[in-house]
Amino acid sequence: MPEDLNWAIGGEAGDGIDSTGKIFAQALSRAGRHVYTSKDFASRIRGGYTAYKVRTSVDRVESVVDRLDILIALTERTIDENLAELHEGSVIIYDGERTTMQDVEIPEGMVGLDVPLKGLAEDAGGAIMRNVVALGAACAVADFPIENLDESLEKHFGDKGQAIVENNEEAARLGQEYVEEEFEHAFDYDLECTDADYVLLNGDQAIGMGAIAAGCRFYAGYPITPATEVMEYLTGRIDEYGGTVVQAEDELAAINLALGAARSGARSMTATSGPGIDLMTETFGLVATSETPLVICDVMRSGPSTGMPTKQEQGDLNMTLYGGHGEIPRFVVAPTTVAECFWKTVEAFNLAEKYQTPVFLVSDLALAVTEQTFPPEAFDMDAVEVDRGKVVDEGEVEEWLDDQGRFRAHAATDDGVSPRAFPGTPDGAHMTTGLEHDELGRRTEDTDVRVQQVDKRNRKVETAKAEEEWDYREFGDPAADTLVISWGSNEGAIREGMGLLSEEGIDVRFISVPYLFPRPDLTEEIRDAETTIVVECNATGQLADLIEHDVLERVERINKYTGVRFKADELAAEIEAVLEPEEVQA
Amino acid sequence: MSSEIRFTDFKSDKQPTWCPGCGDFGTMNGMMKALAETGNSPDETFIVAGIGCSGKIGTYMHSYALHGVHGRALPVGIGVKLANPDLEVMVAGGDGDGYSIGAGHFVHAVRRNVDMSYVVMDNRIYGLTKGQASPTSREDFETSTSPEGTHMPPVNPLALAFSAGATFIAQSFSSDSQRHTEIVQAAIEHDGFGFVNVYSPCVTFNDVDTYDYFRDSLVDLGETDHDPTDASAAKEKILEGGETEYAGIIYQDEGSVPFEAQEGIEGPMHEIPEGAPPDATDLVREFY
Repeated sequence: MPEDLNWAIGGEAGDGIDSTGKIFAQALSRAGRHVYTSKDFASRIRGGYTAYKVRTSVDRVESVVDRLDILIALTERTIDENLAELHEGSVIIYDGERTTMQDVEIPEGMVGLDVPLKGLAEDAGGAIMRNVVALGAACAVADFPIENLDESLEKHFGDKGQAIVENNEEAARLGQEYVEEEFEHAFDYDLECTDADYVLLNGDQAIGMGAIAAGCRFYAGYPITPATEVMEYLTGRIDEYGGTVVQAEDELAAINLALGAARSGARSMTATSGPGIDLMTETFGLVATSETPLVICDVMRSGPSTGMPTKQEQGDLNMTLYGGHGEIPRFVVAPTTVAECFWKTVEAFNLAEKYQTPVFLVSDLALAVTEQTFPPEAFDMDAVEVDRGKVVDEGEVEEWLDDQGRFRAHAATDDGVSPRAFPGTPDGAHMTTGLEHDELGRRTEDTDVRVQQVDKRNRKVETAKAEEEWDYREFGDPAADTLVISWGSNEGAIREGMGLLSEEGIDVRFISVPYLFPRPDLTEEIRDAETTIVVECNATGQLADLIEHDVLERVERINKYTGVRFKADELAAEIEAVLEPEEVQA
Repeated sequence: MSSEIRFTDFKSDKQPTWCPGCGDFGTMNGMMKALAETGNSPDETFIVAGIGCSGKIGTYMHSYALHGVHGRALPVGIGVKLANPDLEVMVAGGDGDGYSIGAGHFVHAVRRNVDMSYVVMDNRIYGLTKGQASPTSREDFETSTSPEGTHMPPVNPLALAFSAGATFIAQSFSSDSQRHTEIVQAAIEHDGFGFVNVYSPCVTFNDVDTYDYFRDSLVDLGETDHDPTDASAAKEKILEGGETEYAGIIYQDEGSVPFEAQEGIEGPMHEIPEGAPPDATDLVREFY
């Protein structure tokens, strides 16, 4: 486990927690340190506890842990909410002059730093900068060169003018000096800087950037936590590349807008969360049966119904695999890291267009709201490939016309994939429909044609199974007795948890599965292992069920559905607990 | 090019399965004629249709077309047009498709004012499901699902459009072929969302809103001194109750600027590089 520092700022929604946390994370990233962030937040604009947490190390960090070293507490509740993670020696920075903080009690063994955040901010030019004063104080505690904050403040406040930037820089210094002068305490943190260059981004942004890189030019969506940031990222940026973002009146419209744009030939996508997928399911079958390439992104959150909108869950696997009436060919791809959000988005567009089939891109809240550092090469644009599949132009249309000169948009080819003529292509005019149709796209209930068209659509999936790679990602000791399987954002926590287990003498083979349909066959891997444990953030074990169905063997399960993502140390303990009974028997 | 296009070029070789005498024949003929008259070709035209008797229209016409999900034809049409503004996009639907299940989309499509046309075959009945009340059915109209009438006032689609900020509102009658064609043509030519409600009688399930009824009660505004650019005159006609029905262009905002022009959307979006765009690395740099 990397030598790390765990830092947080917490208060009420509306206190500027998010942007303050981001400024600190950015500063750490600019100083060549790795960062992994998380948020505690509620679905409201003001009021309610909220916190932004930063874990940082010179080594890669991939998870949150149950430990908090420095806490900026703007409210008393912030301390209460984090009692389990605070430990002896944890530093709590607070403003004892704030009315609500006057009676605050610092738990025994912890170090309370009472810093007049508001007063010092006023000295620097305005009370609004009190959080930045706190950042300066934190820099003093962590022995983190305050110059690193300046670049981050510039980035954040630059468009508000140089005076504002300088006031903030001053506010940070006042906080730093106050701690250095007023407190004798020696803190044993030393936030080392490196020459490494990192970029800092979250999963929603990575999906948006992947979409532009892949040539997506049309996005339609309806705001919903935690997918909104995909739309916000694309707004203003996709326009620079000749595209557009449409905010629809609802998710029913969003998917139909995206479908229309895809029929026009644009690479097109929509993103939403579970409740939006419910609505989009109405049109999902049409997308598939009209053989329209479309990327539908589900950034999962806790359900069912409105559930816990700002909480983590991986509960939509079954819906993305089976949603919609009738039998609908599809692909289901689920990135396992923030960087993979980028690459799987690129892949999703290629799959959609090569096979003229809808692709579910399944992300989750933990990926969406986590800001994580990566070397910029992790997003190497030269490695982005665009495969548009069987698009036919004016010259090629002819070979796909029937004897009466009509374009066979649903031609039953050997590989199942038909030619695709964008509207405007001479002689390519054709219709398509959600009704069963013939090769020309015209309604039919002819039994032979029905079977021909169902088979050709399913054949595309068979072709894709044979032609594409549906590999898993593998970590740890391939010969280990214990096999851990997971999907989605849990990858980071499991990888770090493996480090902890290894210190206990437990070796683990870890398979992280980014393809849910089609998916890799894990029969051999599971038979080779003594114990297989499937880890996922849901109550029923949807991936575990799939695996048992595929392999016809029982697996152990670790499920978490509190709404909070897995933590590395917690997970290591749970895996150990699963293994322990067997050790006793032996 | 336009001189070579004939309206029969927009006809497919599928024979309509509408009931003999259905208003939709006339509605569709007018659409095809208007498309030809405005110089469009089937290869540059995209028709979107919803579900219901009206929804079958994509099958009987020849163009690029999608027959989609009930009520969602408008968002599809908007998506098609925004991704390729060079296409002529026409959305066809019925009163159930547009004013019931798709009513939400209708309001927002009107607001968005994309340069396309929307032709609604309004027969004030659900025909394909064999005669249930539609959103435009009269309050006392008795059907299999409303044996004592609907107990609800009918939707006034023109008022709905007007209140949502429509830039073109027209009404026509499917059996008045020449006028209907002229009106649809004006909707196509309008710079924005051209909305035409077409009285398209159902001869099988609606014995109230018949050809005779419309012929007797329709007043063609083209034969009056009505000025469609006069919003308050238009409002008066739209909200006027009673037995008078109006045909013709009821309202047109001549200063209409389509959504796509306001958004700066220009060419088709289907042409993209074979890899990431040349300057895509700038996107990564933003995250430093």
